[in-house]
Amino acid sequence: MLKYVGKRLALAAVIAALSVTLLFIIIHLIPGDPARTMLGPRATPELIADLQLRMGLDQPLPVQILIFFGNMLSGDLGMDMFSNRPVATIVFEQLPHTLALIFASIIWSAVLGIFLGCFSAVRRNSLADRLTGVLAVSFIAAPAFVIALYSLLFFAVELRWFPAIGAGEPGDIGDQLWHLVLPSFAIGLSWVGYIARLVRASMLEIMGEGHIRTARAFGLPEKWITYRYALRLAILPTITVIGVGMGFLLSAAVFAEIVFARPGLGKLVIDSITTRNYPVVMGSVLVSTILFVASTTLSDIVNALLDPRIRQSS
Amino acid sequence: MTADILKITDLSIHYDTPRGALKALRHVNVSVPRGKIVGVVGESGCGKSTLISTIIRLLANNAKVASGSIVFDDQDLLALSETQMRGLRGTDISMVFQDPMQTHNPVLTIGRQMTDIQYRDKSTTAEKRNRAADMLALVGIPDPVQRLDQFPHEFSGGMRQRIAIAMALMARPKLLIADEPTTALDATLEVQIIKRLHELQAEIGCSILFISHHLGVIAELCEEVVVMYAGEVVEQGSVRDVFHSPSHPYTKALLDCDPGHIKEKTRSLPTIPGEIPDLVNLPAGCAFAPRCSQVFDACRSNRPAWNECKPGHHALCHLAETETVS
Repeated sequence: MLKYVGKRLALAAVIAALSVTLLFIIIHLIPGDPARTMLGPRATPELIADLQLRMGLDQPLPVQILIFFGNMLSGDLGMDMFSNRPVATIVFEQLPHTLALIFASIIWSAVLGIFLGCFSAVRRNSLADRLTGVLAVSFIAAPAFVIALYSLLFFAVELRWFPAIGAGEPGDIGDQLWHLVLPSFAIGLSWVGYIARLVRASMLEIMGEGHIRTARAFGLPEKWITYRYALRLAILPTITVIGVGMGFLLSAAVFAEIVFARPGLGKLVIDSITTRNYPVVMGSVLVSTILFVASTTLSDIVNALLDPRIRQSS
Repeated sequence: MTADILKITDLSIHYDTPRGALKALRHVNVSVPRGKIVGVVGESGCGKSTLISTIIRLLANNAKVASGSIVFDDQDLLALSETQMRGLRGTDISMVFQDPMQTHNPVLTIGRQMTDIQYRDKSTTAEKRNRAADMLALVGIPDPVQRLDQFPHEFSGGMRQRIAIAMALMARPKLLIADEPTTALDATLEVQIIKRLHELQAEIGCSILFISHHLGVIAELCEEVVVMYAGEVVEQGSVRDVFHSPSHPYTKALLDCDPGHIKEKTRSLPTIPGEIPDLVNLPAGCAFAPRCSQVFDACRSNRPAWNECKPGHHALCHLAETETVS
C-alpha cells in the first residue's frame, strides 16, 4: 500500500510540474508584454524596463520558469502589482470559500446520487427506476448557471428561505453553512444525476457477476448483498469520476460565485482577468491546477484502499 | 421421511422471449436419494443450469414454472415463500459454482466471506473464524489461519474452488449442488478436487447433485446418472447400466465422443452431427430425431414414452421399448 501511495504521489508531482510549466508557457504565448499592458499606453520606456526587471521578464524563458518553480516551492507566487500584496496571500484568502463550496456540493450530490443509483438498480425496469432515470437525465442536462439563477430567484427572492448573496459572517459557521445551501445546490444538482446513472450502471453490472450469485446461494440477506457486497465494488468507478470531476466543479464554482456574489477563487480569477492582473490570474489558476491533480491522486488512493487488487498490483 | 432428499417431478420451465415461450425444461423427473451422488450429463444448452437455478430458486426474471414440483426434504420448494427459501440456502442446500475465478467477492477477504455466510449463527466472530479455518484445513489449504486474511486474487484457481467447496460444506448441508465444479480446472486438479469431494461427502453424509459434461468424472464419482438432452431427461439409471449398456442413441453418441473411449489415435475427435433443436419451435416427435442415427418414422411423429429397459434404468426412446419387448 505504502509503495502504491509513494508511486502515485511521485506521479502527481510530475504531472503538477508539467502542467504548471505548460501554464507558464501558455501565458507567455499571449501576445503583448505584461509590463506594458499593466502600465498602460502612456508609460515611458524607462518605467516599462523597470517593471520588467522587477517582474523578472528580462531573463530568458527557461530561467524564468526555474525561478518561478523555486519561488513556488517556498510559497511565493509573486506580488500583486495593484495592491502590492503577495499573490499567495490573496489566493489563500479566497481558497477556503471555494473549497467549502466544492466539498459541500460533492458530498450532498454523491450521497443522494449513490442512493438513487442503488435504488434504481435494485428496482431495475420498474416505474420507480424509469422515473429516477428521467429525473437524473434532466438534472444532468440542466446547466449549473441556469439552476443557480432560478434557485436564487425562487428560494432567495420569492420564498426568502435562503440568503441570496455573500458567504456569511466570518467566524459564524452556521451562517456560512446557510449561505452554502443555494450555491452548492446549483452546482451539485447535475452531479446527482450523473452519479446516479453511473452507480446504477455499475451496480447492474456487478449484480450480474458470479460472486453475487454465490452470496445469494448462501442465503445472505438481499440488503446485505446490495450494500456490503455489490456497492463496495460499484462505488470504485464513481470515486474516480468524482476525482476528475473536481476540475469541472472548479469551473462550475466560477458561475456560482458570480451569481451569488460569493468570494472565492472563481470570482478572483474573473476579477483579475478583467483588470489584467496577470500575477493573480497565474497564481489562482496554478492553485486550481494543483487542487485538480491532488483530487485525482486522492481518488486513486481511496480506490486502492477499497480494492486490494489495485493496492497489491504495484 | 422419504428415501429421496430431492424429488423433482414433471418439472417444466419456460422462458419468455420475443419469439415466444422457450421451453428450457420439459417434464423433467430427477430424484436424489439420501446420502447418494447423482450425476447430470448433457451438452451445453441442455437445461442443466436452468435445472439447478430452479432448485435453489434463483431463476432469471423471465423464467416461469409451467408445471411440476420440487420436493426437498418433504417440502415443496416451489411453494415456499422467498424468506423460507432463503432460510434453506446455505444451510440445507449449498452450491458450488462452475467458475472459481468468479465465485468470491474480489474486495473482501476470504475470512470475511466465510464468516459472513455463518451470519445465522450466534457465536462470536473468533469462533466463526476458527470454524472457517478448520474447513480450509479440511479441503487442504495450507496455513488456513493466515490465509483467511487474504483476498481471492491471492489464491490459485484450484485453491479457490477448494475454498468454494469448504464454504458450501461448512454448514453441513443435506444437499450439495455442484455445477461443473471442475470444468475450469486442469486435469490433475480435477482428480484432486473430485477425490476430496468424495471423502467429504462420505464424512458429512450429504447428497450431491453433480452436474458435469465430463463423463469420466461422473463415472468416477456418481452412483446414479441422469442424461439430459434439449431440456428433457433422455436416460436415467445406475452409472454401470447407463455407461455399459446405454439405451438412448444420444447417450451412445455421447459416450462415443468421449476421448477416454477412443482407442485409436485420430486427427479429429468424433462429434454428434447437427445442432440442438430450437426450443421455441420443437419438432413434433422425439427432440433428438433430427440428429439420431437410428431414426425411423415413429420418431418424427410420436413423442417417445419413458420406457424401462431394466429395473431402475429408463430411457426416453422408441427403441428402448422394442428392446424390452424383444
